[in-house]
Amino acid sequence: MRLLFGSCFALLLAAAVGLGTTWLTISRGVAFGAMTVGAWRAWPRTGSVDIDPYARATIARTGELPLGTGDGVAFYARTDDTGNVLDGRCTFTISGTTPTARYWTVTLYDRSGRLVANTLDRHGFTSTEIVRDVDGRFTISVAPRARPGNWLPTGGIERYVLVWRLYDTPVGITSRTTKQDPMPAIVRKACS
Amino acid sequence: MIRALLWILGAILLGGIVHLATVLAMPQAATQDAYARLAPLTPVNSMVPLATPTAETSVMPFMDPAFAAAVCRYDLSSGIVKLNAPLSQAYTSVTFYTRNSVAYYAIDDRAAGRRAIELDLMTPAQHAEVPEGEDVTAADRLIIESPTRTGLIVLRALAPEPGLMPMARQALANAQCRIGPVQ
Repeated sequence: MRLLFGSCFALLLAAAVGLGTTWLTISRGVAFGAMTVGAWRAWPRTGSVDIDPYARATIARTGELPLGTGDGVAFYARTDDTGNVLDGRCTFTISGTTPTARYWTVTLYDRSGRLVANTLDRHGFTSTEIVRDVDGRFTISVAPRARPGNWLPTGGIERYVLVWRLYDTPVGITSRTTKQDPMPAIVRKACS
Repeated sequence: MIRALLWILGAILLGGIVHLATVLAMPQAATQDAYARLAPLTPVNSMVPLATPTAETSVMPFMDPAFAAAVCRYDLSSGIVKLNAPLSQAYTSVTFYTRNSVAYYAIDDRAAGRRAIELDLMTPAQHAEVPEGEDVTAADRLIIESPTRTGLIVLRALAPEPGLMPMARQALANAQCRIGPVQ
């Protein structure tokens, strides 16, 4: 009786622990070999055959196709530089310089990877269309309401993800250090 | 007391095994992975343009809206796949994915170095059948080995400004993906 009770309990606990940790790791998108620059994180190995089992499981569940390593590298940000969660009701600015790349794009998604509806039909910028100052620097205002200059509308959603994709770049292939590759800073300004 | 602790320890160990097994089985068990999402939209071995993602509809999550994309869902059981993709003005890339969305090869227009990206895709077994010397004479065409019999070829062309999207789509419209003999 004691053995039966014990084994039933152990099996249930094993199932709960096993499935629970799997669900946690897959839904949070855990992967090894992250490259962190400020608020930005990239997983260059996810775009190659060296992809780890957790990243494989995550992309199988979400249905996305990762950017191939020979194509480019994608940096994801869910918070600003000081750790504040990106909230679509607040204003954040993205400014600074970018690592070497032939082209880059920045795109705003909701947490499940969908684009966010807005009146301008703007979901991001490319390196060619962005408005720069005389020194070649730029500032993007990510805000719910219209801003002068490079305005990236949030649609007022609560949580969003910014994805910075560098195309035709040595980042992630030849470089592993964060000093070489400065990513733009994300700073929270005001919350409405 | 010790007996109970042993049961808990055993359960946690078993839970670890369950965890690893489910993570490893996930790619095979997933029903909504990229290949499954694209299967109803794309006939096999032909290049099909994908709709640009909008807030309402997107074939896959996290697609870059600045790019026009086309997909060739390939099956190498009846021959090799010959890919021919003219380059757009800005930036064009080709990425090869296995059936389970692993990107095993990617090349961009600059690496391809010509006015079009031309590739032969085959399984390692088909590659072994290619006669000796044929590799050298056909040096013009890059040969890529696919680790799986089925998979996806994704062609992406950048529209640097929204107004250039029709041009990027036009470049992809001329891309071809067709089945050919092994020789």
